[in-house]
Parts: sequence; structure tokens; C-alpha cells
Amino acid sequence: MDPLRRSPSPCPSSRPSSPRTPPCEMLGHVGIDAVLDQLKIKAMKMGFEFNIMVVGQSGLGKSTMVNTLFKSKVWKTTLPGLVPPIPQTLQLHSVTHIIEEKGVKLKLTVTDTPGFGDQINNDKCWDPILGYINEQYERYLQEEILITRQRHIPDTRVHCCVYFVPPTGHCLRPLDIECLQRLCRTVNVVPVIARADSLTIEERDAFRRRIQQNMRAHCIDVYPQRCFDEDINDKILNSKIRDRIPFAVVGADREHVVDGRCILGRKTKWGVIEVENMAHCEFPLLRDLLIRSHLQDLKDITHNVHYENYRVVRLNESHLLPRGPGWVNLAPASPGQLTTPGQLTTACRRARDDSEDGF
Amino acid sequence: SYTPAPLFAALNFLSHQRKWAQDKEYVGFAALPNQLHRKSVKKGFDFTLMVAGESGLGKSTLINSLFLTNLYEDRQVPEASARLTQTLTIERRGVEIEEGGIKVKLTLVDTPGFGDSVDCSDCWLPVVRFIEEQFEQYLRDESGLNRKNIQDSRVHCCLYFISPFGRGLRPLDVAFLRAVHEKVNIIPVIGKADALMPKETQALKQKIRDQLREEEINIYQFPECDSDEDEDFKRQDAEMKESIPFAVVGSCEVVRDGGNRPMRGRRYSWGTVEVENPHHCDFLNLRRMLVQTHLQDLKEVTHDVLYEGYRARCLQSLARPGARDRASRSKLSRQSATEIPLPMLPLAETEKLIREKDEELRRMQEMLEKMQAQMQQSQAPGEQSDAL
Repeated sequence: MDPLRRSPSPCPSSRPSSPRTPPCEMLGHVGIDAVLDQLKIKAMKMGFEFNIMVVGQSGLGKSTMVNTLFKSKVWKTTLPGLVPPIPQTLQLHSVTHIIEEKGVKLKLTVTDTPGFGDQINNDKCWDPILGYINEQYERYLQEEILITRQRHIPDTRVHCCVYFVPPTGHCLRPLDIECLQRLCRTVNVVPVIARADSLTIEERDAFRRRIQQNMRAHCIDVYPQRCFDEDINDKILNSKIRDRIPFAVVGADREHVVDGRCILGRKTKWGVIEVENMAHCEFPLLRDLLIRSHLQDLKDITHNVHYENYRVVRLNESHLLPRGPGWVNLAPASPGQLTTPGQLTTACRRARDDSEDGF
Repeated sequence: SYTPAPLFAALNFLSHQRKWAQDKEYVGFAALPNQLHRKSVKKGFDFTLMVAGESGLGKSTLINSLFLTNLYEDRQVPEASARLTQTLTIERRGVEIEEGGIKVKLTLVDTPGFGDSVDCSDCWLPVVRFIEEQFEQYLRDESGLNRKNIQDSRVHCCLYFISPFGRGLRPLDVAFLRAVHEKVNIIPVIGKADALMPKETQALKQKIRDQLREEEINIYQFPECDSDEDEDFKRQDAEMKESIPFAVVGSCEVVRDGGNRPMRGRRYSWGTVEVENPHHCDFLNLRRMLVQTHLQDLKEVTHDVLYEGYRARCLQSLARPGARDRASRSKLSRQSATEIPLPMLPLAETEKLIREKDEELRRMQEMLEKMQAQMQQSQAPGEQSDAL
């Protein structure tokens, strides 16, 4: 018997028609709302997966931020003096942890991008990142079209990309603009102002407005995207979030004692910056967005929009047989196709034209 | 001064997180199941239930009792003479049930005419074809380009009604169950169980279970209990499983028992059968297992096991060496569908379409000729027109 299929038992604090109570069911109650409990129980047993990618130059506090978000040492953070030499090319580095909280298991995969934007010439430094993201989509697609599929396809697709903008205080740099434009088309991007403790509150707000202007001017559509708001409640909630993006965040993994409480923060001679204090930085907003409220939404948009876009492009690129557009023939993608999926390669276009002629 | 406004106050399920947030180590993803909850409530829930079995076993009444609806309001039971020429039809009815904020769109598939004819040979074939057509539609949708709004019309569960007056499964029952058991979740049910005494009910159930085993018919297996459940629940669960096939009585009439409590039942001169009394029939067990605890599991088994089986069979049959040369080079076990063409329509339907188009063309041609003739007539009114 499949270990995932267990008879669900209702929670004790639930509705009147639980099998444990004596059978005095209400006259007019079918009991269909119990299906929510069934879904919840199944979800808790299966656990959740979440894949997050952090993009930004070295020293912006990416690893510290991940540690702060998940309150566990996902990575060892290093002091400036002990940092390993910057790699010559951008290398992606993934780490997977299973963390558990109150019975809910989360398989968290964090992908780091050391070397991003650190070279002298940073042209096309986004290619390995896009290649990695598309490779995960390709992997999922190949699993999905197998004849004998797995019951639960392992999901390694990147659900959220956190982009760290350095706290210059001016506006988005050309590298940021180029990169964000490309990333937003393929994955959910949440930009943050990194190491915001070097900016005052007023400077942060001005910086934020300018960044928002830049993003509008260059058609950079970050998460939560306006076009995916499903109803008026979503619109209201997401508009409030969109107003505050990018969040000005500070990360810390050391604890200090302030007013008798033990809190995470950065201690300087002029005070302690409390990471979870909304008056000091907007880390709680980032954490609530990513984990407490929009995690499932991030996964849904990745699956229903970004992955579907990738899939459609791949299906269109594949050879079309003379029988007509209904026949699908999907050869595995060559590495060149993975970095620029948005453009049909000339070979494929020729093949499609030929087949249309012959039809 | 800077006062940040509450950003996520709209999400009420965060309220219980505030008391957990005292815990320093609390990250917050324990509320993930609640995030799923919000999505499901918004999306609603689809379920397709098929009822099969010969007429007069109380199928419609049971459905109305189970879902507290009147799905069969406009129904007319056909006369005997009409039944002589009746063939099996497949009927679909839909109803939306809302409870506790969640909407369930229930589709009921009925099979009137099943087992009614004198010669019932192959009368289950339309049912099998219907079930497979739903799988085929889903496979087409899933392999297509636009997957945004796939409608799931696959049959998630089939309640098969067995007559209480027989001595177990009859040959027609066995033939039907054999034809559909690998394609749909079957829950066998003994209809009109108030015709039997308790001992007779037990004997009939045992006979049916033995027959199902002998004929190797796979009915829906209710999953095992968790090992960490309490003994009471385990015992209850075991009792429920032992009462399969469920002996049910349905009624939409409200009667009053001795204590004047209103309940659904059937009033006879020798007593009243209470539908929701577990001593009288298994209606409560059926409702509990079908609706309250296993609705989601039925859908999952349909999707993960039955549909995947259909899909694998379909794709493998297209990959057989006779079909395409390239496909024969791939290994059979973890075979990918990369080199296998997926037809958009089954061949029979394509031929039907071609025939229909031919018909249309012929009709259009006739019309054109008629119009031409009329034009010729109007141009030369004085001349005698040829007979057309």
C-alpha cells in the first residue's frame, strides 16, 4: 500500500460530523467541506518544496539573508577578510535542506550565484543564470512527457529569484536593468535593496521611488505581477505590496541583547539594528511575502505561467509532422536552445516551413 | 515619524501565527497548508460520480439523499412499452453544492437503460467508451498548447448497485465490473437494503465479497489507517471497511421517530426505516467514506493510477514497431514520448468528420445547382424551363 495514501483522520478540533463523535449528524449537512481537511492532511504528509535563487554581487549579504529568512544555517557566512577568491566565471551553487516546523516539512533549495557582476566585463553574466532556470524547466518537461511518469515529479524549478540591488541611493545600474529585464520574463523576481542599514529612512524611500520609476520605464514586471491578480482582494493586497517593492532589507545571523530581549541584529557603536523591527528595516515584509503568505502563489505562477510559456515555446520549436499541427514531436533540447528559448532557431523555422509546404 | 502600515492584515489566517510568533525559532511556513486552503476555496472543487445498475434499485433516491438535492426533479420514469426499445444512454447532470464556504461542482453520470433489455449483451460498452473518452479528452488537453483551463470531466467514482433480491453478483454484474474495474474506482452498493433481514444482509455481503475475489475484480481500496491513530478510530475504520459492499436505503421523505425527532426514512406499517441510523443500513458509512473522508483520494487515484495507466497504454500502443520506425529504437520501460506523435483526434472521429464534411459539400452543391436553375428561370421568363 502506497505510504502516501493513508486514511485521513480528522483533527479533533473540527466540525461536528467527525467520525469520532456519536452519530447524531445534522439533518441538512452533506459534509463536503471536509474535503479541505483531506487536502490539508495530504499536503502535510507530502511536504512542500520551495526553490529560491539569490542573485547579486558579493558582499551584499545574500547568504546572511537566506540564513535569516530560514533561521537556520543554510550557509556559512564569511567575514570580508576570509572570503575565497572571486571565481572567474559565474558558477551556480545549490544547497538543499529539509526543515520542519509544527509538523510541516519544507524541502528548501537555495541557489547562489557567486561571481555575478563581480568581473570587469559583466556582459552576458546573466546567461548562466537563465541557462540554469531553463534547464530546470527542461528537466520537468522531460519528466512530464515520459510514458510512465512518476507520481510526483520532483520540482527543481526556481520559484523565486531574489535580486539584491546595492544601496547606491541613486537608481538602478545598467547591469541591474539588463539583468532584471531578462530575468522577469523567465522567473518570478523579487528585488530588494540590500544592506539597507547604510541608508536613512528618507533616503530609502527616495531610492525606492526611483527604482520603481526605472522599472516602469524599462518594462520590468516583478512579482507580484499586476496581470495575475485574480480578484479584487488580490488586487488590493498586491497593490500594497507593489507599492513597497523593493523592500529595504538588512540580514543578520547574530543575536544581541536589547532591553532584556534576545534579538537578531547588527551591533554598531551607535546602536543595534534589529532585523525584525519594522521601524529599522523591511525584512519582516520580505519574510512574510516569501514564506507566510505568497509561497504557494509563487509556486503556482511558476508552474502555470513561466513553465507553460517555456513548454509552449519548446513544443512550437519541435518538428511538426506532415499530418498537421496536432502532432507533437519533442526532441530533447540542445544546450544552445536553453539560453534563448524565446527565439525559434532558424533550423526549426525552416523545418516548419517545409512541413507546411508539404501539407 | 515613520510608522509602517500593516501590509498583510488582510490575510486572516495569519492570526494564529501571531501566537506562534512568540517562538523565536518560528519561520512561518507552518501555515502553508492554509495557503493551499485559500486557493482551493477560491477555485472550488470538481467531482464526477457515476451510478450504474439496473433500474429500480433506488439509485436516484440514494443520490438525492447523499447530496441533499433534487437532481431528478424533472425525471420521467419510462413506460414498459418505451423500455422495450430503449438502449443504454449516458446522461450527465450537474449540481453545485456549497458548504462551509467551499463550492463543489458535482457532475452525476447516469446510465438509464442498463440491464433493461431482453438481450443485454455488450450493454456495458457505451459506458466503457464514455469513461475512456473522458480520459482521452484529458490526455489531449494535457498535451496541448493551452493548458490554462483544463476541465476535468473524468469519472472519479462509480457506485455500482447490486440487487438485494439476487444471490450475489449476477453474470451481468460480473461482466460490467470486469469491463470497468481498471478504468474507474468502483464502490459496490446493495440497493434497497430494507428488503433484507440482518442475517441475509451479512450473507449477501459475504457472497459478493467472495465473488469479487474469485472474479479478480479490483474495487476501490480504502487506504489504511495511520499507525499512530487511537484504537477507537482504528476499530471504527475496520468496521467500515468490513461493511463493503454498503447496504443502503435512500429516502428524501422526512418522518418523525418515537421521540418526535425529524429524520429521513421510509415508513412501513410494521415500522420505520431510518436512513441515517447505522443499525438500519450503511448509508452513513457510505456518506462518510465517499464524501467526508475520501473525496480527494478518489480523485487522486483516478489521476495518479487510472489515468496514468490509460495514458501509458495509449502512448505505448502508438509506439509499437509497426507504427513508427524511430520509436522502435527506444527502450520500452522508461520510454519517453519524445518521438511519438500524439494524434489530436482518434481515427474514428477523423473519419466521421471527413464524412460530415463530404455531406456538407454535397448539400452546398445541391443548393448551388438550385440557385443556378432559379437564376436561369428568372432570366428567361417566357421560355419553358427544363425539368430539373
